[in-house]
Amino acid sequence: MGSVVSISKLRTWLPWAFTSWIIALAVLFPIAMVVLQALFPADNIWGHLVETTLPRYLESSLILMVGVGVPSAILGVATAWIVTRCEFIGRRYFQWALLLPFAFPSYLLAYLYTDILQYSGPMQGYLRELFEWKYKSDYWFPEIRSIGGAMVMFTLTLYPYVYLLARSSFLEQSDSASNLSRLLGCSAWGSFFRVSLPAARPAVAVGTSLVLMETLNDFGTVDFFAVETMTTGIFDIWLNRNNMGGAAQIATLLMGMVLLLIGLEQISRRNQRQYQEEGSRKKIERVKLHGWLKVGAMSVVIFPVLFGFLIPFTVLSGYAWSALENYWDPQLYLYAMNTMLVATVAAFLTMVVGLLVSYSKRLQSKGGVKLAHKFAGIGYAMPGAVLAVGVVILFGGVDRFINEMLDKWFDYSPGLIFSGTLFALIFTYVVRFLAVATGGIDASLSKIKPSMDYAARSLGESSFSTMRKIHIPMIRGGLLTAALIVFVDVMKELPATLLLRPFNFETLATHVYYFASDEMLRETSIAALMIVLAGLGPVILLSRSIASSRE
Amino acid sequence: MKISKIVTLGGVAGLLSLSSQTFAVEEVNIYSYRQPHLIDPMLQVFTNETGIKVNTVYAKKGMVERIKSEGEHSPADLALTVDISRLAALKNAGLLQAVHSNTLKSNIPTNLRDTDNEWFALTQRSRVIMASKRTVPEGAITTYEQLSDPDLGYKICMRKGSNAYNISLIASMVAAHGRDEAKKWLAGVNKNLGRKPQGNDRAQVGGVIAGECDLAIANTYYFGKMFTGNGGKNPEQIEWAKGVNVIFPNQEGRGAHINISGIGLLKHSPNKPNAIRLMEWLASDMAQYMYANENFEFPVKNGVPSSPLVTKYLSGGKFKGDSVPLATIAEYSKIASELVAEVGFGR
Repeated sequence: MGSVVSISKLRTWLPWAFTSWIIALAVLFPIAMVVLQALFPADNIWGHLVETTLPRYLESSLILMVGVGVPSAILGVATAWIVTRCEFIGRRYFQWALLLPFAFPSYLLAYLYTDILQYSGPMQGYLRELFEWKYKSDYWFPEIRSIGGAMVMFTLTLYPYVYLLARSSFLEQSDSASNLSRLLGCSAWGSFFRVSLPAARPAVAVGTSLVLMETLNDFGTVDFFAVETMTTGIFDIWLNRNNMGGAAQIATLLMGMVLLLIGLEQISRRNQRQYQEEGSRKKIERVKLHGWLKVGAMSVVIFPVLFGFLIPFTVLSGYAWSALENYWDPQLYLYAMNTMLVATVAAFLTMVVGLLVSYSKRLQSKGGVKLAHKFAGIGYAMPGAVLAVGVVILFGGVDRFINEMLDKWFDYSPGLIFSGTLFALIFTYVVRFLAVATGGIDASLSKIKPSMDYAARSLGESSFSTMRKIHIPMIRGGLLTAALIVFVDVMKELPATLLLRPFNFETLATHVYYFASDEMLRETSIAALMIVLAGLGPVILLSRSIASSRE
Repeated sequence: MKISKIVTLGGVAGLLSLSSQTFAVEEVNIYSYRQPHLIDPMLQVFTNETGIKVNTVYAKKGMVERIKSEGEHSPADLALTVDISRLAALKNAGLLQAVHSNTLKSNIPTNLRDTDNEWFALTQRSRVIMASKRTVPEGAITTYEQLSDPDLGYKICMRKGSNAYNISLIASMVAAHGRDEAKKWLAGVNKNLGRKPQGNDRAQVGGVIAGECDLAIANTYYFGKMFTGNGGKNPEQIEWAKGVNVIFPNQEGRGAHINISGIGLLKHSPNKPNAIRLMEWLASDMAQYMYANENFEFPVKNGVPSSPLVTKYLSGGKFKGDSVPLATIAEYSKIASELVAEVGFGR
């Protein structure tokens, strides 16, 4: 290659590299604040932690990861495969119904199932009456507030990540490959395991790692169930023991675990490239199921919808209905508007920033840009509250700096500009959920053949206009998916919201948290139902937009 | 275009965030550890009386870091907490300032305010044992120490060890018996737990009523909350309150463990006069009466009567309280947290 070419190449990707590094630094700064705390704690209790609680935190977190990751992956893939490749009554409904549990935050599902299944709840009360048991010692009933209970809650609410991504992968796969394998003598199962599943592996890997990261980051559920994970450990040590350093140390370790997870996920799909063919736009042929196979397949898709959505939704609606009389609060409108506002703005910004980062990597997928892309995603490895602390320290510092400078030069001090504002809150959401967006956008972009880019570029389009004219229209579904997942995530987000919101700014999630964590679920059931209903809209939209491409 | 619409929305959000910075003239800003539904009715009365608007951010988490980081430009005037440790933590971090107010001095007894006048108690509560009327005969349990007896024969329901109220109770055991004995005690209590620690204080009494436990550890005002069905919101809890005896422990010895809810003026308070006015109002007859009658806490101001319910069922708040200084409890709370971790409480 001549030097002219390499200079023009440099000119092309330099702005992109610059942009992605700016974004990466914005993500890294608050995290660096936390890591600095971990390295130079005011009162070092690392030794005490290693001797006492840390092994327990690690153990339960690892058990949870296995106990949530494996069933979520299996459930997600199985349901996705059944609705894309099999034909049975209600299939069209199930393909969006399977996304419904997405609308429930794990902590809300935990509050609801505890209410139903605990000792003083209606389920056990009914059983006691039926069998004339008197006391707890008279019978055995699974304890909902346990690590096992947490596994079930997480699997039920998080498997849609795998389902969603596996489903779009199955839909996008060309029929020709699996048809060919069948012609070559593969059984239906053989074709699934040898052709379709390997082809969907990147999607399943992304989905499962999202599930695991959400599991590690959860605070509400494990806190309510009194399971001691790394995240509850961070809260306990930081807030109950006022030792920020110790909390930051555990946070750093947790972040290391998530980075390892991301690394493993990327290694697992190294050297995998698939490109989407026009031919794959054909209508999918589905297998008609009969007899037991039909019953089996239908049970698999009914189970998560029933327990992940229908039952809790019915119970919650019942509570909300009776709460309308006693606990209606006109403020709820305001909380709902606040929630929509921050979630919409954050989802849009995250999508834009995510596109910039992902696209930079597409242009220059090695060295510095690749590293920036990785860094940009590590906000997702931080529990919301820890990230929030990083943000608090960061913006506090920035505000002080601005005030000092302005005071020095212009004898004017404007007060706090970023701290305690919606800016800080939305910034945190973007940092926190950027990996969600880039994960989806990367996957979409990777399916567009590089020859498209070359063709556009050789016709004289700039890299930016190529993105605008070629890629964005092609990955519109992927972008929408990314934005909507972020939207729902922001709406459910709790710890960072609690910490960073401005005065008198309530969201539905914070309102629910006040009451539900104080065992007043019924009082807050209207707001909880609003979270679930708002989460439903995007979920359905999402499902339809993917389905319409091949229905 | 759709995108331009969303960008506009983003701009609106930006403006909103700025507008939250421009405060009206007469107001006061609170960072509160206290549940808003408990204090909002009182703050409303204050606003009605004075015309001063009260803005609150409720958070249990990260308040100290937020105040620290905001530094001299912090919009917050007051920190409102539900136990002594957090007030002490704020003071130790140098985030509070002294308030010299004759009203506060005359309304709040000396042992219930900071020696440097940096924090003030607004209410008192005791952490007591609520025993099942069905399974625990009266007089069977009289001390905290008994709870760790391996031959106790009763099961205990208690919220998480790391909960601030429990930490203070454990700290009081450290103050009374020293670290090693307190650790043995905690390990013994752990063995007598009827179920994994979970839920709030009222849920512990619920556990007793359901037959999971015989003894519940809870703060006194929760009894009043249950007895009144939580203002009609939880009518089932009336039966819970009626099913237990409230035991003030260690009446023959050092007395029952006492904790406070309190308030402190933040160092960089921008609305200092209003903030002090609110502090004084919270210590006034009116507010103290509301604390006593709506939250069933023990008022700190002399001469403010307890609610009739407290008088009848909680010996009018006239029990023997542990006289260990609150500052000592706060000081030992760090050890208490370590003990919870070392014992593996609730595991």
